[in-house]
Amino acid sequence: MRQFFDSLVFAAVLVAIWQGLHWFAGDIAIASPGVTAERAMVLLGSPSFWGHFRETFSALGYALAIAVLGGMTIGLVLGLHRLSGEVAEPILVSLYSLPKITLYPLILLIFGLGMSAKVAFGAIHGIIPVAIFTMGAVKTIAPVYFKTARVLQLSRRQLVATVVIPAAIPELVSGLRVGFSLTLLGVLIGEMFASQRGLGFLVMNAIGTLDVPTMMAVVLLLALVAVMISAGLLYLDRRLHHRVA
Amino acid sequence: MSGSVVDMAAAQRGRGFAREPKPGGDMAEVHAELTGVKRVYPGADGGSVHALGPVDLKLARGEFYSVVGPSGCGKSTLLDVLAGLSAPTEGSILFEGREVAGRVPPGIGVVFQEDASFPWLTVQDNIAFGLRRAGTDAAEVDRRVSYAIGFMGLKDFRKAYPAQLSGGMRQRVCIARTLVMQPRLILLDEPFGALDAQTRLLMGDELLKLWRETGATVMLITHALDEAAMLSDRIGVMSARPGRLIADIRTEWPRERDSRIAAEESFGAITSRLWGLLRDETVKAAGMSGSSR
Ligand SMILES: Nc1ncnc2c1ncn2[C@@H]1O[C@H](COP(=O)(O)OP(=O)(O)O)[C@@H](O)[C@H]1O
Ligand SMILES: [Mg+2]
Repeated sequence: MRQFFDSLVFAAVLVAIWQGLHWFAGDIAIASPGVTAERAMVLLGSPSFWGHFRETFSALGYALAIAVLGGMTIGLVLGLHRLSGEVAEPILVSLYSLPKITLYPLILLIFGLGMSAKVAFGAIHGIIPVAIFTMGAVKTIAPVYFKTARVLQLSRRQLVATVVIPAAIPELVSGLRVGFSLTLLGVLIGEMFASQRGLGFLVMNAIGTLDVPTMMAVVLLLALVAVMISAGLLYLDRRLHHRVA
Repeated sequence: MSGSVVDMAAAQRGRGFAREPKPGGDMAEVHAELTGVKRVYPGADGGSVHALGPVDLKLARGEFYSVVGPSGCGKSTLLDVLAGLSAPTEGSILFEGREVAGRVPPGIGVVFQEDASFPWLTVQDNIAFGLRRAGTDAAEVDRRVSYAIGFMGLKDFRKAYPAQLSGGMRQRVCIARTLVMQPRLILLDEPFGALDAQTRLLMGDELLKLWRETGATVMLITHALDEAAMLSDRIGVMSARPGRLIADIRTEWPRERDSRIAAEESFGAITSRLWGLLRDETVKAAGMSGSSR
């Protein structure tokens, strides 16, 4: 309840700052919260908006699936195999800090315009943090769990499925949280520069036609959905960490 | 159904985790044997840590053997190499006549010094864990798990998660998880280290009961001299690192015994003998860690 109240206060402060910026910059740059909300309601009532919405979130879904499965596999292998983990960790970290936008021309050449390029762009943003978190999670699993697994005669597969993954899940959800934000970012950037569909395209299109209220309304709706999903993951994250503690 | 005592004992065994005693089972039969076992760990900056040995040790089938020694002397290392969890640098280890090499032989159960209960499983799923992985059929899993839960006094906690339990209760879960696998050799590494003195005495009684009931060979590692004196048939005293066995003490207790044996005259004699042997080693161990800091 307390937390809910704090969030409300935080949201109110954000809206106040927004209103202030609007007064400062004027209609041409920043639409007022009221106008933006009105436009958002109009968008929510239009079928074409929902088409773009679905496009973005299905691209996000695919990209996230690839990022999570790929990242977890890479992280598990590197985490369980100490030597390759030591070799790969600095490489992963530098890949993580590499601005992925520099890979964009390459991805366009490989995948062309459209869905697969967006998915690929989203996935390359998400896969590395998921891999890094998974590897970290596996490496911090208590050695006594591995010993227990050996005494109980577990096969390699059973070890991974029934000890390593469950033990790593709280950390995996943390990785997923970071991975989710970055994957969404990747998908949107992809849509902005190489697509005729999706919310990223809507934003770019609105900027192109100087339709500031639409641009801001799309960003607002996007932010709301992202915050909700993020909050859900954070809740899960806290719960899982709580149970282990 | 004649309902005789013998029948009831057999029925009890059928329900529980006890194995049928081997026909012609001879108490003096060697169950596990370490010969010239040494363990050297690679240390920091190219050096090495000589943690254990050389150790020669024979465990007789069905005996209760304890190891006492100052902390850091290599007790856990001894357990690890005997269980096949880490390879000895030198020497050989036999369990039931077969070389222990590279893997833990089936038939050995281990209760570790650290809490090894899985926080993502309930108490009963923790206990069933090993059996399920081994593909034991569900009815048998239920039977053995219920029995172990009753035996270890965990009835009220079967659906609880380890985070909701005290350290002692969690250690009971780990003991139960080991028991249901029906190991013939049970290794315990300071299992009651975290418990208060009174609870430790009671857990000691449970351990004796379990030992009698299962007929297993037990090797208990402990730093508590009274615990060793009270529970064991035989006690090995380890030197400061590198740990070697410097004494072998027989208690001559009857098989039917419990913590009240502490009132016996010879209990005091054994405990003080242990302390006499350990005092110098403990000083050495403390001195070593003092100078290395
Ligand atoms: N994996 C390891 N690598 C390096 N040194 C170790 C390792 N495990 C234990 N040691 C060292 O070996 C010695 C004996 O450790 P241990 O067997 O755990 O002693 P105890 O159980 O008697 O307290 C200690 O000095 C410890 O630091
Ligand atoms: Mg130890």
